[in-house]
Amino acid sequence: MGRQLLFEHINTPGIRGLEGYRANGGYRSVEKALRTMSPEAVVEEVKASGLRGRGGAGFPTGMKWSFLAKPPGVPRYLVVNADESEPGTFKDRYLMERIPHILIEGMITSSFALGANTSYIYIRGEYFYVARILEQAIAEARAAGWLGRNILGSGFDHEIHVQVGAGAYICGEETALLESLEGKRGNPRIKPPFPAVKGLYGCPTVVNNVETIAAVVPIVNDGGAEYAKIGVGRSTGTKLISAGGNIKRPGVYEIELGLSCDEFINSDEYCGGVDGRAFKAVVPGGSSVPIVPYELFLRTAAGEPRLMSYESLADGGFVSGTMLGSGGFYAYNDAQCIVRSTWNHTRFYHHESCGQCSPCREGTGWMEKVLERLEHGEGRTEDIDLLWDIQRKIEGNTICPLGDAAAWPVASAIRHFREEFEYHVRFPQKVKDPKHFAKEPFVRNANFATA
Amino acid sequence: MSARTRPITTTEGTRPFAFSEAALAECRALMARYPEGRSKSALIPILHIAQAENDGWLSVNAMDAVAGVLGLQRIEVYEVASFYSMFNLHPVGTYVLDVCRTTPCMLRGSDDVIAHLERKLGVHCGGTTADGMFTLKGVECLGSCGTAPMLQCGAHYHEDLTIERADALIDELRARNSRTNYTDR
Amino acid sequence: MPKVTIDGIPIEVPEGTTILQAARMIGERDKAHRHVVPPAMCYYTKLETSGGYCRTCIVKVTKGSDKDPRPMPKPVASCRTAVMDGMEVANTTDPELLEARKGVVEFLLINHPLDCPVCDQAGECHLQDLSYENGKAASRYEFERRTFEPVDIGDSIKLHMNRCILCYRCVKVADQLTDGRVHGVINRGDVSEISTYISQAVENDMSGNMIDVCPVGALTDRTFRFSSRVWFTNPVDAHRECGTCAGKAVLWLKGNEVLRVTGRKDQWGEVEDFICNTCRFDKKDLNAWKVEGPRKIDRHSVIGQGHYMLQRKQQLLNAPAPNVPEIAKRKELKDR
Ligand SMILES: Cc1cc2nc3c(=O)[nH]c(=O)nc-3n(C[C@H](O)[C@H](O)[C@H](O)COP(=O)(O)O)c2cc1C
Ligand code: SF4
Ligand code: SF4
Ligand code: FES
Ligand code: FES
Repeated sequence: MGRQLLFEHINTPGIRGLEGYRANGGYRSVEKALRTMSPEAVVEEVKASGLRGRGGAGFPTGMKWSFLAKPPGVPRYLVVNADESEPGTFKDRYLMERIPHILIEGMITSSFALGANTSYIYIRGEYFYVARILEQAIAEARAAGWLGRNILGSGFDHEIHVQVGAGAYICGEETALLESLEGKRGNPRIKPPFPAVKGLYGCPTVVNNVETIAAVVPIVNDGGAEYAKIGVGRSTGTKLISAGGNIKRPGVYEIELGLSCDEFINSDEYCGGVDGRAFKAVVPGGSSVPIVPYELFLRTAAGEPRLMSYESLADGGFVSGTMLGSGGFYAYNDAQCIVRSTWNHTRFYHHESCGQCSPCREGTGWMEKVLERLEHGEGRTEDIDLLWDIQRKIEGNTICPLGDAAAWPVASAIRHFREEFEYHVRFPQKVKDPKHFAKEPFVRNANFATA
Repeated sequence: MSARTRPITTTEGTRPFAFSEAALAECRALMARYPEGRSKSALIPILHIAQAENDGWLSVNAMDAVAGVLGLQRIEVYEVASFYSMFNLHPVGTYVLDVCRTTPCMLRGSDDVIAHLERKLGVHCGGTTADGMFTLKGVECLGSCGTAPMLQCGAHYHEDLTIERADALIDELRARNSRTNYTDR
Repeated sequence: MPKVTIDGIPIEVPEGTTILQAARMIGERDKAHRHVVPPAMCYYTKLETSGGYCRTCIVKVTKGSDKDPRPMPKPVASCRTAVMDGMEVANTTDPELLEARKGVVEFLLINHPLDCPVCDQAGECHLQDLSYENGKAASRYEFERRTFEPVDIGDSIKLHMNRCILCYRCVKVADQLTDGRVHGVINRGDVSEISTYISQAVENDMSGNMIDVCPVGALTDRTFRFSSRVWFTNPVDAHRECGTCAGKAVLWLKGNEVLRVTGRKDQWGEVEDFICNTCRFDKKDLNAWKVEGPRKIDRHSVIGQGHYMLQRKQQLLNAPAPNVPEIAKRKELKDR
């Protein structure tokens, strides 16, 4: 088992409460930062750690922090992105539910570094019960003097509020999140200006994922250099991976970045292999990242073993690679139909498009309708090219990356599983049964060529 | 996709609404969290409270009351209420069953659970049973894909569903017959 | 002053100018270069924070600036991207970009009813112009279009939501010109719609400007006396003393009858001065105005072209054929 930085005490009884958390070394990073470090020194440690945003984009956190504008007399904010709506992703919930104080601690330390006196946790509305857990933890922390005025006599004041959303995937996009936090529709803002300059209430704001902020705790405790020793290349530290789909052991795993993909999916320490059938495909980083055939998940196109790291998973670009994304990992067995799954993905993006810009608003619904027709055996060969063309015209032409996120699953499905789409056109009767491949798995070339 | 429609202005929609004293106090506490002049930030949390106080949905009067509490134009409330999928703009059953239908759940059999619930309750997703007990809603990934299939009812997640467990849940809820809300503690 | 080059044509512009504005400056400097101006369906110079939504104005930045010459990775919305010194932009010279724009136009049209034959805006509709210039040969959309019933919002304005392209201009007008916006966008995604709060009337001094800024026929003037095709009417510039607005308007006449009053639109289709509702809706009497002379229409539009291409356009869009006798009649009138 690799090193556990966030999950070290996940199973320690009482870790959810302040007492248990503190007894296991909790809030040391606040003590260290507020008593012995300058805010700049904290930022430097985060830079040295090589930590990259865990929300999906993987942007270097230290760099993001150093971009924060600091005009005099203007408040700054830290906003924690706990919207966690990327299909396949459930790591933040697990962490917040079990060790809420690690997030609170990370927020205090990070806010000290950023000079923010107020921070918000924007949590998706469906996680109402998790919001209650966080509120409870905040109340405990406040009562113990970790929050409020003049924390530890350092002169640093801090308050944390929990804000619930109300059901909108797009509010995970950082500027839509800020709009929602301001009590508006979750429409992404047109950038520039970026939140670091004009964010919440027009003030400089840093938006970070739950896991990113939690990782600040071990970074400050042990030093950025220590953190950077874990991992490979520019993928440093540990990453929470929420694993689901057709595997034996679904759950949330903290892995050292650079773990071999084969070990992750097949060893009993992690996913435990396939649930009885054969693996067919993998989506390693949430529904927005390209789907790849199982073989391409294990090995790159050049035959190198693939690793669970930002760079290795992306090796081969969109032709043969994918992305680490948010760590929302799910695997498909051979009973699953890629066309059905792509239809389902697209229905999701259609449902979640905010509707501001025309390519995403109109294109996602169009793709869904074409895919629905294909999946039900009512499609035509030209539909496959039409889909390709629609996704191409959405990608890169929208306000926010949701457009790209809607396009990539379609593009990658067609790129890697085109034959399965063609099968749906050729054998409309066979695909009438929604479980068509459960009875007769699709075998590439074989049953297609002979039939 | 689930039909989102204009709010209703019929008799049902014009049923009077007033916040309870406890709810008003909660609204005020929420508004105090934000900087001066930014109380609009409390809109979404307050809409949740209003929905819980109005049998699980937002009538025109409920939204107007929210606008009144926050001093907003009514359209501002309406724009927001209609954007978010957890807000119901039409009456719902005693229980709203939010069944996840997104890909990771589908891989673990959510289609079967949904089909079963539709058959058992005699309604399609989006519909409410004739006795007003259940509203079945197909929703998108609820962040519980490792324990799929799953559904949310009020604040509670029901995970690792099987046909049998879904049946047991329905029976249990029916017997209990008391409304659940997202805001339940 | 930063220098930017668009489709090979250089211009120096003030700091903070957007690519779209720079292109318009090129077009104003020399009419022969007007083709470099990207079409803009949602941006409106006089409305703050407008633009960025429709994506028709996308261009390729092939060189970021002299300082940082890297190209921008994706097409950018020219209406919301400021020029940098030394920036180079490709619009009509880039086939890939034109293809992407065609895609945007196709997206805008898939749910559009194409009811031009019965639309009040026909002849001055930016979507018509756009599809004519950038459209595809045939729509590939074979599904049912979303439909809404037309609604009256108050006595003066009619909303045909079917035609709306969600450019947000009318919302910005209400936000920025009127005291207290009572209409807005409700719902989400492709079921978003413009709505008032429970069909409440949009009534205040400047609300009529929503009609002028609407690029399509979604918001139209209910007081437009009888539904007459705009190209049958005779537009004249006129003004009157008005306490609320500048009182500078265009009267759309038939004989001596004032059928409609609108703001004066410049060559980019934007009004020069917003006018108040009194001037727009209540002064349908030639005696209330001082006529300055005929309105010069300088816009590259269907009215400006002098011959109406509806028939051709309809074929292009693969829409149900328009009412043939109506077209014949129109041709006859036009040819006179
Ligand atoms: C459509 C969309 C949805 C997103 N959803 C989430 C989310 O649920 N949680 C999250 O942390 N980041 C999400 N992001 C990424 C955020 O925009 C942002 O990059 C992130 O919160 C930054 O934090 P990080 O640098 O710590 O990752 C989403 C982005 C997009 C475009
Ligand atoms: S890409 Fe989609 S979600 Fe993002 S702003 Fe445009 S319409 Fe909204
Ligand atoms: S009604 Fe007209 S102005 Fe308003 S958003 Fe729609 S198209 Fe734009
Ligand atoms: S897909 Fe159902 S909870 Fe994630
Ligand atoms: S005019 Fe620029 S995006 Fe619409």
